Amino acid sequence: MLLTIDRLTVEVPGTARPLLDEVALHIAEGEVVGLVGESGSGKSTTAKAALGLLPAGATASGSVHVAGADVLSLTGEELRRHRARTVSMVHQDPRAALNPVRRIGDFLLERGADRTRAVELLAAVGLSDPERRMRQRPHELSGGMLQRVVIAGALATPPRLLLADEATSALDVTTQAEILALLRTLRAEHGAGLLFITHDLHLAAAYCDRVYVMYAGRVVEERTAAALFADPAHPYTRGLLACSPTLGDTPRRIEPIPGKPPSLSDAFPGCPFTARCPDAQPDCSSRHPAAVTLPDGGTAACHRIPAAVPAPAERTAP
Amino acid sequence: MPVRIARRLAGFLATLFAASFVIFVAVYAAPGDPAVFLAGGRDKLTPERLAAVRAQYHLDEPLVVQYGRWLGDSLHFDLGRSFQYSDQVADLIAARLPTTVQLVAYATLLFVVLGVGAGILAAVREGSWVDSAVVGTTTLAASVPSFVAAIALVSLFGVRLGWFPVTGSGTGFAGTLHHLTLPALSLALGALAVISRVTRQAMADAAASDHVEAARASGIPERNIVRRHVLRNALGPIITMCGLVAAGMFAGTVVVETAFGISGIGSLLVGAINAHDFPVAQAVLLLMVTGYVLVTTVVDLVHPLLDPRVRKARTA
Repeated sequence: MLLTIDRLTVEVPGTARPLLDEVALHIAEGEVVGLVGESGSGKSTTAKAALGLLPAGATASGSVHVAGADVLSLTGEELRRHRARTVSMVHQDPRAALNPVRRIGDFLLERGADRTRAVELLAAVGLSDPERRMRQRPHELSGGMLQRVVIAGALATPPRLLLADEATSALDVTTQAEILALLRTLRAEHGAGLLFITHDLHLAAAYCDRVYVMYAGRVVEERTAAALFADPAHPYTRGLLACSPTLGDTPRRIEPIPGKPPSLSDAFPGCPFTARCPDAQPDCSSRHPAAVTLPDGGTAACHRIPAAVPAPAERTAP
Repeated sequence: MPVRIARRLAGFLATLFAASFVIFVAVYAAPGDPAVFLAGGRDKLTPERLAAVRAQYHLDEPLVVQYGRWLGDSLHFDLGRSFQYSDQVADLIAARLPTTVQLVAYATLLFVVLGVGAGILAAVREGSWVDSAVVGTTTLAASVPSFVAAIALVSLFGVRLGWFPVTGSGTGFAGTLHHLTLPALSLALGALAVISRVTRQAMADAAASDHVEAARASGIPERNIVRRHVLRNALGPIITMCGLVAAGMFAGTVVVETAFGISGIGSLLVGAINAHDFPVAQAVLLLMVTGYVLVTTVVDLVHPLLDPRVRKARTA
């Protein structure tokens, strides 16, 4: 297993609940794994844990292993080498991830590429005139171009695990499609694992092998992409699918999930989704639901699992 | 860029013009009558003699006329004659300016190296004892007035330890350096606190940017992160502050040159004010203001070189 996160709990002082609560997640080599959830559900925190990067003042329990190394116990030079060689991250906002006063070339060179390779990388991510791009500064490039630069930076030293944090969310659809294709090609070439973070469930289902759904710092469902889309088990996953519009011959009502995502000042003795859940029962808010293994091998954390999932025949095809 | 320089130059001249008027009026309004001094003291003073002296030095004309005359002459680089020494003011200044420039340059070197160095140290070790030590020591240094610091330095390094001479400005490079060390140090001490604070704060702000976290997540060595991302991006405020403090030091030499018996611009000014030597006092003050405005203008013009975004916005 390339990445194994086991019962990872991350707490910061001054919040009512942990940022991450017993998160378990694994990625095999060459696998594309999606991580889906609303803002603040802990997706980025989970990904950054693979880099050994925890929020300031945070305490963590549980373990994070990447290619055999216990990431949370790495320090100093070992940790630096882990971040430089084994795991790379494509950051959410490319304009913020680049130093505004330095050149694109510097960004790639300091991440371990030499000049020739840096130019090759810029060409590989589909930037025209890579020689000129090397000398340009971030403010001279568009958002889509910077996103490609950031991806090139993540590949400067070919990583074994690539973390893509909303790597395409800020882009228009054609650029998004190109970047996604690019990430798949690069993954295929290097045999690396890819953790693909998005809030777009449809995109995750179409692009990934397996998908984790997170809510309030917990993994609430883990399924293969096809199963998740065809037969979502957790009410939250169903809610996410119901509130995103799709193309199809059957017109379908778009139903937003009632309420709003929980903040860090909300503590939950039971299932955190209770207040917004259409299937909630009185005992949901008192007991913490354990992850149940589903017939197809996935897992979901819901007290109502046997009762809440309607038989497949009753549902309209998406 | 040429438009920008022209605009800065116009502002520079306007500031000088305003400053020259304030200086002229301030010296004019200072208590005491220079004519009494020029006539050779109160003893042999007769009204006729006083009137003759006033007429000779144009002191009987209205303020605005005197100012106009002085400004017109100054534009032709004729700063007049000293009442006290009868020499050309320009010659007096030219003889003393190099010492003061050396003193200020030396003090600037000291506070830039020590102040920025201490600030970097405090920023890198933020929250540790090093940080507290830097903040504490520089605050203490800043709260001691420069004449007190000068006396303390003289008594310790000059008298007790005998490492440095206590008066004069020395000859030759090594001699000058040796003589100016204590004065430069007492000038620089007060600046250390503000420079190290600004450095520390600017670096803390720069270190909080997302791109620094991104660099750290990419496993870039910490030394390079501090140098190329944090310090590099913090240079704007640091350089601005260093420029302002260095420019302000021309005025600070008044105290330090007097305390150390150095014959520079500062002690010339003190002497001129005591003797009601209008032309010298006005010329030195004007020179100090010019120096200040010049340095701040240069700092302002340097800024776009540090930040390519500003450069682009101005040329576009």
